Amino acid sequence: MTRKQRRLILIGSSLAVLTAAVGLVLSAMSSSIVFFQSPSDLAEHHLAPGTRIRVGGLVKPGSVERGDNLRVRFEVTDGKHDIPVRYQGIVPDLFREGQGVVAEGKLEAGGSIDADTVLAKHDERYMPKEVVEALKRSGRWQEGGEQAGAAK
Amino acid sequence: MIPELGHYALVLALALGLVQSVVPLIGARRRDTALMRLASSTARMQCAFVWIAFLALVLCYVGSDFSLRTVYENSHSQMPLIYKITSVWGNHEGSMLLWVLILSLFGAWVAAFGGNLPATLKANVLAVQSWIASAFYLFILLTSNPFLRLQPAPFEGRDLNPILQDPGLAIHPPLLYLGYVGFSIAFSFAIAALIEGKIDAAWARWVRPWTLAAWMFLTLGIAMGSYWAYYTLGWGGFWFWDPVENASLMPWLAGTALLHSAVVMEKRNALKIWTILLAILTFSLSLIGTFLVRSGVLTSVHSFANDPRRGIFILAILVLFIGGGLTLFAARASVLKQGGLFAPISREGALVFNNLFLTTACLTVLTGTLYPLALEALTGAKITVGGPFFNLTFGPLIVALMVVMPFGPLLAWKRGDLLGAAQRLLAAFAVGLAVAAITLAIEGTHSVLAPFGVGLAFYVMVGSLTDLAERTGLLRTPLGTVRARAAGLPRSAWGTAAAHFGIALTLLGIVCAGTWGSELIVEVKPGQTISLSGYDLTYAGVKQEPGPNYSALVGTFIVRSGGVAVGLMQPSKRTFATRAMTTNEAALMTRGASQLYLSLGDSKPDGSIAIRFYYKPLVMLIWLGAVVMMLGGALSLSDRRLRIGAPKPATKSSLQPAE
Repeated sequence: MTRKQRRLILIGSSLAVLTAAVGLVLSAMSSSIVFFQSPSDLAEHHLAPGTRIRVGGLVKPGSVERGDNLRVRFEVTDGKHDIPVRYQGIVPDLFREGQGVVAEGKLEAGGSIDADTVLAKHDERYMPKEVVEALKRSGRWQEGGEQAGAAK
Repeated sequence: MIPELGHYALVLALALGLVQSVVPLIGARRRDTALMRLASSTARMQCAFVWIAFLALVLCYVGSDFSLRTVYENSHSQMPLIYKITSVWGNHEGSMLLWVLILSLFGAWVAAFGGNLPATLKANVLAVQSWIASAFYLFILLTSNPFLRLQPAPFEGRDLNPILQDPGLAIHPPLLYLGYVGFSIAFSFAIAALIEGKIDAAWARWVRPWTLAAWMFLTLGIAMGSYWAYYTLGWGGFWFWDPVENASLMPWLAGTALLHSAVVMEKRNALKIWTILLAILTFSLSLIGTFLVRSGVLTSVHSFANDPRRGIFILAILVLFIGGGLTLFAARASVLKQGGLFAPISREGALVFNNLFLTTACLTVLTGTLYPLALEALTGAKITVGGPFFNLTFGPLIVALMVVMPFGPLLAWKRGDLLGAAQRLLAAFAVGLAVAAITLAIEGTHSVLAPFGVGLAFYVMVGSLTDLAERTGLLRTPLGTVRARAAGLPRSAWGTAAAHFGIALTLLGIVCAGTWGSELIVEVKPGQTISLSGYDLTYAGVKQEPGPNYSALVGTFIVRSGGVAVGLMQPSKRTFATRAMTTNEAALMTRGASQLYLSLGDSKPDGSIAIRFYYKPLVMLIWLGAVVMMLGGALSLSDRRLRIGAPKPATKSSLQPAE
């Protein structure tokens, strides 16, 4: 085998692997990426039911209902719009009314979310960045006080 | 007084660092031995001064000196001693101090063990090492000084984040940093080689032990972090494809590639330029990891409270070193003498294949980690790239790599015999196929991936032992001969086999725990019994127990298997008053390599409590595999020819025993 052939094989196989990887990345990008939406985003854009989304905001005070078999329903609000969320399982320790929350799951026909993941902030100083962002956009974010500390 | 002493020591370390950044370089240019030797002394002194600074900070934490801002923010007088010590690096400032401590430690090690290095190379390496160190000393002193005082001093601290109040904090960050920072040596060697414009097989021989040592620490550090997340987050996941985890995985992938390409360079004097580039990239990925975690672009348990100046400073360091390194590479790589080419079917070819797949896999992880950040910066859209993305991209590449892995050690250098290697792997193929077939028969066809994964793991396990069996003549020669031959095999051959065996063990653990694990998330009343995978769990009750700085709600559950009691499980929830926070302490029961996992949820006034109960078959193999990989590295490192400081046998003849 000549030097040229050897070099060609090396370059050719590198390109083949890279192409395969790019193909994998692109196909995975289209199928397995989840967009974050605030409740207002959801109210404005009408997404197809069945889309996987993440929604973030505050747990609306008074909206939490606990059912049998660890079923929980609550509403996520950014102050302008509320999105109902259904979830079955154990909610995080810091899941409380009026506190920041991120829910991920499937959008249902009625505009509610069938969540398989519920995340809350993990200490009293920290609020999920996405929630801060959603609140800022709806104008409900107050600088200063406890919340500003949370944004650090 | 103590904090000022620490602060002063750090400033002195910076001064020494600046001297060491310049003087040895001049010495190396002028061939002035005295100037070059200076580097060895300053490297040791730097290390001593950083130790003083670090110990000063430890003393402040142990003595609960709340006049220091970081101590006030991250410690509490009621904390047990071990957490007072570990909280030194449980915050941004202290963890950066640990970072430079380890960096200076590696510098001192090169000074101490690099006696057989050519004087100019050693001087240049230490100078480059000192550039990195000086940049980070400056970063600490200007933006993240751990010795800042508060006036007036508060009476009590705000406590360490309860999630971090765990023995894991004592082990995980130091190990991870030893790995991350250890790759700086490979970087410094690469830059020094570019400065000198000279590189040969001996270079690889010097770099490899350092890379191997860093790789071992990183392997163990990642595994430790994974196990910590597994038992502390309460839902039994062991890898989340969280950007911070990816930040540690990327240097590991690049470092693994570097280890393998350095072998080619050492044995065959080929792949030189590529190896240099990999050395630069590996440490660059470590720096990117540090940037991602420390700059506050990501929010996670790892990113402590942050201010934006720090992010910009680290970004500047990042641009300086990665950009500078790559520019130097572009300018000087052509000066280096090209290595030879080789046949595609050969040991070298197999190692190139390894490099190709590892770096591509690393690239997919990098894409998945940085894409959301880039998209948010450009369009403002927020997306999550999670497990599914990486399973679809990283997964197939690693599977392809593992299929080929057993072939590598069986191929000869220069020109290998693919058919011969395949024949010798017949036993491995047979075992893999048989295991896959049995799994498929038991499991049915609803999951094809699981039998494939289990088969692949067994194929790699048998395959990685095939080389050893071949070379000791196992089953073909009398046992005495086998034993004699086994004793004569180079340790690095054992190391390779062990490392490859380890990765297969990890794969087996991931597949089994993922496929045949079962879970139950229910509410139980006292006295109630639930069943999962042949285990009966009876809820006996809960009680409140006080801890040193928290109060715990401890549940007691009796576990029976086939009617026989096998033990108690006592998961708990700890409430920390200072931060109004709760942590979950899952109860684990290890049965062979499998585990039962139990964590508590909310309790109700009627005495019932929500629980998560998991059965995780063979889950321990995931981490055991990493330990075996690490031991493989240790075996290789102890190989006579690789031992740090061993005199170099400069023969580069192709008659060398291949392994």
